[in-house]
Amino acid sequence: MTANPVITATSESEEGRAATEAIRVSVPRKGLRQDLRAVSIVWRRELLRFKADRLRMVSSLIQPVLFLFVLGTGLSSLASRGMPPGVDFKTFIYPGVLAMSVLFTAIFSAASIVWDREFGFLREMLVAPVSRAAIVIGKCLGGATVATCQGIVLLVLAGLAHVPYDPGLILTVVGELLLLSFTLTAFGVMMAARITQIQAFMALTQMLVMPLFFLSGALYPLSRLPAWLTVLTRIDPLTYVVAPMRTAVFGHLNLPPAAVAALSPDVTWDGWRVPVGLSVGMVAVMGLVLLGIAIAEFRKTE
Amino acid sequence: MSESRVAYGAPAPEANGRQRVNQPAVEVDGLVKRYGEVEAVRGISFAVEPGETFGFLGPNGAGKSTTIKILCTLAEPTSGTARVAGHDVAGDRDTVRRNIGLVFQDTTLDNYLTGEQNLRFHADLYGVPRAQFGPRMRQVLEMVNLWDRRKSDVGTYSGGMKRRLEIARGLLHAPRVLFLDEPTVGLDPQTRSSIWTYINDLKAREDITIFLTTHYMDEAENCDRIAIIDHGTIVAIDTPENLKASVGKDRVQIGTGDDASTITELKERFGIDAAVHEDLVTFNVTEGERFVPRLFAELTQPIRSVNVARPSLDDVFMSYTGRTIRDTEASATDRNRARVRAMRGRGA
Ligand SMILES: Nc1ncnc2c1ncn2[C@@H]1O[C@H](COP(=O)(O)OP(=O)(O)O)[C@@H](O)[C@H]1O
Ligand SMILES: [Mg+2]
Repeated sequence: MTANPVITATSESEEGRAATEAIRVSVPRKGLRQDLRAVSIVWRRELLRFKADRLRMVSSLIQPVLFLFVLGTGLSSLASRGMPPGVDFKTFIYPGVLAMSVLFTAIFSAASIVWDREFGFLREMLVAPVSRAAIVIGKCLGGATVATCQGIVLLVLAGLAHVPYDPGLILTVVGELLLLSFTLTAFGVMMAARITQIQAFMALTQMLVMPLFFLSGALYPLSRLPAWLTVLTRIDPLTYVVAPMRTAVFGHLNLPPAAVAALSPDVTWDGWRVPVGLSVGMVAVMGLVLLGIAIAEFRKTE
Repeated sequence: MSESRVAYGAPAPEANGRQRVNQPAVEVDGLVKRYGEVEAVRGISFAVEPGETFGFLGPNGAGKSTTIKILCTLAEPTSGTARVAGHDVAGDRDTVRRNIGLVFQDTTLDNYLTGEQNLRFHADLYGVPRAQFGPRMRQVLEMVNLWDRRKSDVGTYSGGMKRRLEIARGLLHAPRVLFLDEPTVGLDPQTRSSIWTYINDLKAREDITIFLTTHYMDEAENCDRIAIIDHGTIVAIDTPENLKASVGKDRVQIGTGDDASTITELKERFGIDAAVHEDLVTFNVTEGERFVPRLFAELTQPIRSVNVARPSLDDVFMSYTGRTIRDTEASATDRNRARVRAMRGRGA
């Protein structure tokens, strides 16, 4: 027989009156449909767990809210000297704070793979007759969705930072957040393939997350920086998401072009303006490369 | 829970995909697994017949889990071959995975999901058709008596319930071979015996081969056949009855005031080789009950207690390895204690 091996499990009653029906269970051959179903269940599990974890949802909002409203308000009198009239410092850092919230949530989501390994559940996934790629992709999509949801909660507060609720703007920002969270989760999952201890994972990611955030231009404009900082900001992948988000926000503010250019300059490479498409494209490619590495790592067997 | 059991002695000819029914369910040939310096499995060969309950009995570190890991495709053999349900574990991984159910030594459940959600996750991963999921889930959950608790978070389950849920999950996709790695380890004696009731129950109801490992002698008695494994090698393989019969002698244990002189005296007077196990002078003789009166009459050392036992699997283990399984556990514990002491010493 070359067809699907149909496996039967039967349980009958001798009296002929079947107390339990014979239940035939046929497990299909590996294929795309099967893999998609696996991606979907791994993804759904991440959402289920996120929904169940209200505390995590609230706690991961605290940091961005502090940055936006406490730091944003506290520094506004200082910062207003460099701001064109009518622009709030909070508006300026808003895209950066969005990126920050996604940054932490996405890495935290990836950490769930380390937890899964610790509590054994990873094994349940790794012995299943589906491709490892399906499991890794499901994880990354799940983490990306969860992180984007966090970002969306912050989007609700946009008005308090004087950012308009414009459908086009919101869609653009959500798209960019989704991309960022996918790439970050892929990065975290790749790390989780190698780092099997939760403490080590947390320590390493914290060590990377802070520099990523501070070098991204989330809290300052990218122009007129000293050379060393200019170089570092250009190396930081987060820069290429924060800048397009800020461009989108400032494009919806009715400001004079000079003010926009001062506060939301395009990313430049030695004077060459990097188009938004290229910025976002690079992040997407990076995400896919990281995903590829993560899949390869999880394909290895002992 | 009162359905009568149907034994599956003869294979059902009409069942699909069962043509190769006479082929072994598990077939292992010259299997070796090395982890760097450690040779966890050192060239083992055996076969498990379809429908059999086959046990791997051996102390901690004998290589039981490693063998299971290879059989379920989680680890690659260093050399040798293994086939499960007729498929090569290295070359035909996915087919093997579809045909096996697994319960690992450590739990692999998601504590934050309910029992039902855990099973649904499994069904989706294994591609159990959606229409079959509901009834099959009910069947396996009722089999392990968890149907009423299916909506509770697994985190609220007891150790025994978790184990039962894992058994149910392992059966959900109707595998041909179910692997159970130390299914009762870490459970209290009562729960252990209830797990065995479930295992024996499922043997009667499902057309399945069971491969399990244990380091509990008494539990190995539940198997149709067992392989005794020590230091990565199979030292004996047979039915529990045959293994015990092969030892022939009864085990006598006596408590004395002076173990060393007793051992010397036993050697000189009776020509018996005795050793101290579990703080008692232990030796094997044929017809132990008849020997004990002689012992009282002729031994000059005072005897405080006597215990005569028919050969157990522990004696089988001892006759092949020169140690009891409990000895090996005790020395492992000593080693751990020494390690803890060493670590504390370093910390201070
Ligand atoms: N991943 C691994 N890396 C290195 N050594 C291992 C690994 N897994 C098992 N071992 C070693 O292999 C031997 C057998 O282990 P295992 O199969 O777990 O024994 P058992 O399940 O019979 O208690 C032990 O000495 C153990 O330390
Ligand atoms: Mg083990």
